Amino acid sequence: MDNSLLVELSRGQFALTALYHWLFVPLTLGLSFIIAIMETIYVKTGNPEWKKITKFWMGLFAINFAIGVATGIIMEFEFGTNWSNYSWIVGDLFGAPLAIEGLMAFFMESTFFAVMFFGWDKVSKKAHLLSTWLVAIGSNLSALWILLANGWMQHPVGMKFNVDSARFEMTNFFDLVFNPTAVSKFLHTISSGYVMGSLFVVGISSWYLLKKRDVLFAKRSIIVAASFGLITSIFLITTGDESAHEVALKQPLKLAAMEGLYEGEKRAGIVAIGQLNTKKEIGDTSQDEFIWKIEIPYALSFLGYRDFNAFVPGINELVYGSKEHNIEPVSVKMTKGKIALNALRTYKDTKKIGNKEGAKIALKEFRMYEKYLGYGYLKDPKQIVPPIGITFYSFHIMVGLGSWFTALFLLMLYFSMVGKIETKKLLLRSALFSIPLGYIAGETGWIVAEVGRQPWAIQDMLPVGIATSQLDTNAVIITMSLFTVVFTALLIAEIKIMLTQIKIGYKED
Amino acid sequence: MSIFTKIAHFYIDGFKNMKVGKKLWLIIAIKLFIFFFVLKLFFFPDILQTQFSNDKDRANFVIENITK
Repeated sequence: MDNSLLVELSRGQFALTALYHWLFVPLTLGLSFIIAIMETIYVKTGNPEWKKITKFWMGLFAINFAIGVATGIIMEFEFGTNWSNYSWIVGDLFGAPLAIEGLMAFFMESTFFAVMFFGWDKVSKKAHLLSTWLVAIGSNLSALWILLANGWMQHPVGMKFNVDSARFEMTNFFDLVFNPTAVSKFLHTISSGYVMGSLFVVGISSWYLLKKRDVLFAKRSIIVAASFGLITSIFLITTGDESAHEVALKQPLKLAAMEGLYEGEKRAGIVAIGQLNTKKEIGDTSQDEFIWKIEIPYALSFLGYRDFNAFVPGINELVYGSKEHNIEPVSVKMTKGKIALNALRTYKDTKKIGNKEGAKIALKEFRMYEKYLGYGYLKDPKQIVPPIGITFYSFHIMVGLGSWFTALFLLMLYFSMVGKIETKKLLLRSALFSIPLGYIAGETGWIVAEVGRQPWAIQDMLPVGIATSQLDTNAVIITMSLFTVVFTALLIAEIKIMLTQIKIGYKED
Repeated sequence: MSIFTKIAHFYIDGFKNMKVGKKLWLIIAIKLFIFFFVLKLFFFPDILQTQFSNDKDRANFVIENITK
């Protein structure tokens, strides 16, 4: 069996599931807060128009939620089938956060969702409003536990590898919860959801204005969503900056790939836009990194290390090492990793034959080098480099779109406030066509996060090739095709039902 | 009317008065059926849970895999 094909197929299957799942999640995260704000205005003003507005967007929220609910469960199935080694190794760590997430989602969905949808005129206005806010907060807290798990994979902390159970065991819950990589990832991810929710409301409201129908409803919706979108898009930029700073410190190769930086430099600039030179190879200094580029000087050093003069290591230094900058070559890490791996083998074998002293010595050696364990599986130092093209372009698409969204919200809010929004046809069309762009930005963000950390399933500890299960490749192809069909059907259903509701408009309950 | 009856009526009335919601519940039901009865049972068996009866054997299997 060709193991590399199996690993690529398993990765592809997981990526497709995650990308589909992420089509539903951000709208839930963002729209829930926008609805809560709209209902707050209704409760504060007592104006029944705001109740109708809230109920309209709540209806679209319900459609997205219903179609999206449980789509993440497929990923959990895949842990058991395609990633059984990984699943076992991290089981003790992820069990608690994922159980909390499951319980939280269940109780929230069965109680506050019901009050939010069925409780109009049956519970007091304030009790209903409280339920709506709790749905919004609960949805976001639900995301917290998933993202803590993902943050741990990017920067594993608060654990110790148990050589007998072959599992990472939690040594400090708070290290895991306050892992800076996880916290910045959580904030950046939920704020991208807020921006997506705002784009959705602004875009659909723009369609109403272009069609010259439900004008007051559309203008009011734009004011709320553009205000929320502007604030959260600025927050998104701030959290993105913090996230990139964390990447610079914990995953420097990902940062180098994000910027197409082969040769490290002091006072490094950020490439605002550019075209990578595909002839450039790792270790080759004769070719330029880019065919062309526009660069913002000093920005990468400052954003990565909070110092305009900081040295930003490139792919070549990170692979081949640099004495000047105290960077260990990957070949040395591989040697240490192989010592750790051999010590683990010896521990297992000596324990099996009852040689306690031999096992003790092997364990001591393993502990000395265990932080290099993942490198022991590599065959070539270049394996450490993630796909540069996809990481670079995904990152730049995400950043470019994020900047556009901030400008869009600012313009929408300004022209709404001065009462000219209806006349700005180009802006309204741009807002409408920005809805799919929001999804593209979110998906490319995940591509940067996950493709950019290859070859690792767990950073520096476990490469994807070891994490995967030995399955028949045909089985993976069949399941991948199956879930593609199911998810595509769900997506088509969502779009069709939503479009029908949007065409009906907000006056119908 | 007891609190439990009130809660039951709350849910029953809510479901009865749904319009688009009925279609959504149907989609949710079909989806959960596909996920849990078709995909989970026939295509996504948990390898370690189905092939081994205890954690010791599972641990041994994984440690063999990662030290090959």
